[in-house]
Amino acid sequence: MLKFDHVSKRYSDGGDALRDVSFHLKKGEIAFLTGHSGAGKSTLLKLVAIMELCNQGHILLDGQNLSKVKKKYIPFVRRDLGLIFQDNKLLNDRTVFDNVALPLIVSGYRIQEVSRRVRAVLDKVGLSGKEKKFPLALSGGEQQRVGIARAFVNKPKLILADEPTGNLDPELSKEIMGVFEQFQKVGVSVLIASHDENLVSKIGHRVLTLDHGQLVTS
Amino acid sequence: MKRTAAKSQNNNQFYGQVRAYFHIHAHALFSSLGRLVKTPFTSIMTISVMAIAMTLAASFYLFVDNMEKLTGNLESTNQISLYLKPDVSDKESKGLANEIRKNSSIKKVDLISKKQAMDEFKTYSGFGDALSILETNPLPIVIQILPKNSLNDVLGIENLMMSFAQYSQIDFVKMDMGWVNRLHSIVQLIKRSVFLLTVLLSVAVIFITGNTIRLELQNRRDEVLIEKLVGATHSFIQRPFLYTGFWLGFISGIMAWLLVTAMALILQNPIERLSLLYKGSFEMSFLSFFDTAILLFIASFLGILGAWGVLGYQIAQIKPK
Repeated sequence: MLKFDHVSKRYSDGGDALRDVSFHLKKGEIAFLTGHSGAGKSTLLKLVAIMELCNQGHILLDGQNLSKVKKKYIPFVRRDLGLIFQDNKLLNDRTVFDNVALPLIVSGYRIQEVSRRVRAVLDKVGLSGKEKKFPLALSGGEQQRVGIARAFVNKPKLILADEPTGNLDPELSKEIMGVFEQFQKVGVSVLIASHDENLVSKIGHRVLTLDHGQLVTS
Repeated sequence: MKRTAAKSQNNNQFYGQVRAYFHIHAHALFSSLGRLVKTPFTSIMTISVMAIAMTLAASFYLFVDNMEKLTGNLESTNQISLYLKPDVSDKESKGLANEIRKNSSIKKVDLISKKQAMDEFKTYSGFGDALSILETNPLPIVIQILPKNSLNDVLGIENLMMSFAQYSQIDFVKMDMGWVNRLHSIVQLIKRSVFLLTVLLSVAVIFITGNTIRLELQNRRDEVLIEKLVGATHSFIQRPFLYTGFWLGFISGIMAWLLVTAMALILQNPIERLSLLYKGSFEMSFLSFFDTAILLFIASFLGILGAWGVLGYQIAQIKPK
């Protein structure tokens, strides 16, 4: 599903963010991406979401070479991805429903279809009945789950999560991991960047460790 | 059977997408209006400035329109009158008229004898019988000439006039309606100036909209960023902002129409009274239905153009940190 082939990324200010990184994440596989802060976790995720371009090597998403995607097709590649952020990036002036519906509306789905899918995914993450609430009226864990629902509503091939449990207590973290495992069962690949070692070591999924831009375990 | 089922499903899907597309447009149309209403102070400031610029352009236009209407009543001809010297006899003048008739650039030649001139003067001047006291007729013989239409340019007519001035029998040559031509030229000049001014004011409107949209985009940076990250195309992102530009232009256009009409109403009475004093019957014209439609169309178009101008670059600048 996601293949890194000798990928290097150097920022224009001279810092080497990633050096010769290669790995292959299979369909329906969950992997953790760990490493000290500044090890290149965020850069790696940004490369997959085409927010940055790599300087060397190739990144293949479902067989498509991301360095060769034309600018106007980038939105369509992103529709195959579900992005989850540590700070959720919810729109606080829109309801939970509108937040989760955004990827579907952007892709031009019919209203009935949007409504059906949003309700289904909110049910899945345990937020049924909160469609009309605004994000700020929800708890931290609930907000995080709105973000997850938004990432999954478009049935992406790959979910990228940047510290999805960063602000949550262990109980909630476990719950959220449970949600990811549900996605895994329907064939979605999940890549989770996290430095929460408790979470990473306990669960026993594949772990990719970055150290100063190099992949040390995969 | 199977194929028709698939086809009808395809059709359904197609109509569904069309409906989704219209829904997105309708949503962008009304949500952008809603946003303008939510920040009334900023919106009113922007719209007022734009409306004043448009009012200037539209009122100048109306001014020129009325000027043209006023001067349009005065028919312009290039008729030339040749006043003959007092000692030229009737017979001599007939000969001269015949000679002039041979000139290929002349359409019509009329000879007005002393007697005809006096009769006409008696009828129209209002002095009537008072003139019969005069023992001799002091009026000169006049030959009126209408040049051919092909000779409509000023230079050609002047050359023609110069050629007449060489005849020894002719006292002086006068172009009868020269002042009308000058007036028409002045109106044309004003019209051209108003056009240039309108172009300038349009550019101002474009910049005002552009700047407003740029600020709006800054305020909604997060929203744009998230839309980008969930796979929104450039046209999806810019659509609500284009509609904001449309509303700014359209509402300013309506305001400009109100202002122009109010100004015209205030000026209508004094102008028509002035016209009466000159025994005229000038009826001022207002912006017609067609003019108003054009005004609103141009106003909306400028708003959209201003928004579109900044969106391409500004949206590309919004990137995740």
